[in-house]
Amino acid sequence: MSVALERVSKRFGEFVALDEVTFGVDEGELVALVGPSGSGKSTLLRVVAGLERQDAGAVRIHGEDAAPLGPGDRRIGFVFQHYALFRHMTVFENVAFGLRVRPRRERPSGSEITSAVKDLLQLVELDALSARYPSELSGGQQQRVALARALAVQPRVLLLDEPFGALDARVRKQLRQWLRQLHDEVRVTTILVTHDSEEACEVADRVAVMHEGRIAQIGTAADLLRETANPFLGAFLADSPRPSASAKRIDYH
Amino acid sequence: MSTTIAPPAARHGIPPGLRAARRTATAATGESAIARWILIGIALAYLFLFLGLPLFVVFEEALKKGVGAYFTALRDAELLHALRLTLLVAGIAVPLNVVFGISAAWAITKGKVRGHALLVALADLPLAVSPVIAGLTFMLLFGMQGWFGPWLRAHDIQIAFTVTAVVLATIFVTLPFVARELIPLMEEQGVTEEEAAVTLGASGWQMFRRVTLPNIRWGLLYGVVLCNARAMGEFGAVSVVSGRIRGQTTTLPLHIEILYNEYDFTAAFAASSLLAMLAVVTLAAKHLLERSHHAARARLIQEQQEKQP
Repeated sequence: MSVALERVSKRFGEFVALDEVTFGVDEGELVALVGPSGSGKSTLLRVVAGLERQDAGAVRIHGEDAAPLGPGDRRIGFVFQHYALFRHMTVFENVAFGLRVRPRRERPSGSEITSAVKDLLQLVELDALSARYPSELSGGQQQRVALARALAVQPRVLLLDEPFGALDARVRKQLRQWLRQLHDEVRVTTILVTHDSEEACEVADRVAVMHEGRIAQIGTAADLLRETANPFLGAFLADSPRPSASAKRIDYH
Repeated sequence: MSTTIAPPAARHGIPPGLRAARRTATAATGESAIARWILIGIALAYLFLFLGLPLFVVFEEALKKGVGAYFTALRDAELLHALRLTLLVAGIAVPLNVVFGISAAWAITKGKVRGHALLVALADLPLAVSPVIAGLTFMLLFGMQGWFGPWLRAHDIQIAFTVTAVVLATIFVTLPFVARELIPLMEEQGVTEEEAAVTLGASGWQMFRRVTLPNIRWGLLYGVVLCNARAMGEFGAVSVVSGRIRGQTTTLPLHIEILYNEYDFTAAFAASSLLAMLAVVTLAAKHLLERSHHAARARLIQEQQEKQP
């Protein structure tokens, strides 16, 4: 088990974001967490990353209890919805960041960093733009840089928080196919958060549907589409590809 | 009537479609040429009257009795002491308020500290309170008859009417400038870049130095310039706490007033010209820093464009 959550709970004041979630992701698997906003999927991702601390329960990464580890020690790669690229750094420096901040003993040499960054930029097909600043790139390009930056630290787990949420529909579709191909190439354990059920089903090996801080159901896309016993699930999965419209149409109660 | 004077760049080398777009954009702002010139005229007259003229008068008065008298006045020992004291006070107050300003802005915007509205209000206090009152408050606290008076006396520490008091009062008065520049800036930038840095393995210090600091540097620079200008020019609070001991606790602004009250106009304006020049140097330094940054940036972009066909 690459990532395992055991009865993880998290509340913000009165609001219960995660309610005793137990959930596991296998090595090399791509799992999508899908659900409406407020269902706890982003919180789950941030707890795995160490950006939020759970109130109860345990997170294990490769069998190791993550509780004593800060976000920087978990060997995870995190991709944010709005890219969160370092705006004052070039594309190259953004990708190199994770290598440059390593402690001196573990830090690769300058030439090693250069070649590693060049390889990554080739992987995300942006080697021509390495001297640009984030503001000079399109949204899709920025998100590919963010992905390369996250991969640079050779993460054991890749966490993608609504990575295509800020992009227009056409680019979103292209990028998710590209992400699937990339995952087949790189094979790093990945958790993808999205509120677009179509996106989840198209990209992921398994889909977990979240609802009110719990995992309502988990399985392959085909499994989930077959079982529509839960009326919430049915409504969510039968939904149109427009995520914003879908979120509104669901009847929560 | 909406005539449009297209800048030369718009007439040459811009595709017709774009040119049309530009014309409508200008027309959309709607003001006529006359209105524009009146507005520019008012702004210029205002600037000349309230900024240009006073600055000119300072130098004119200072040089009235000739360059020789000007430099003699500048070589006065008390004046030089006042200048050194002013630089010393600014040299202590500005760095301390930079540290405070960054810490406060961080705590308020990124640290999710409880009661940050109160912290914001408190940081604004020195702007709301008259400096003279601030000075009197300091005397009430640190004066021999003040709250800490007995304790200070028992430990043989004198604060009122010393350079220490001048420094403390200046720190108080200039406290908001850096924080106020940074709070809205850091609020707007959010925390995701910092979170990204942390997930990539950066330590707290690396995150601050490599991500936060570069993102706030221009706001910080502006805050430092304002803070410095105020630190060097502060009169009211310093006037109260310093006791105006000539050659000991008089800063440049206090010394200027003393000279002026003694009808020593040449010396007063010579000292004023010094203070004005300090301000001009500060502003020029800021301007140069910004320009060299933008030039470097433009050069980089040009190099990239040349590399790519």
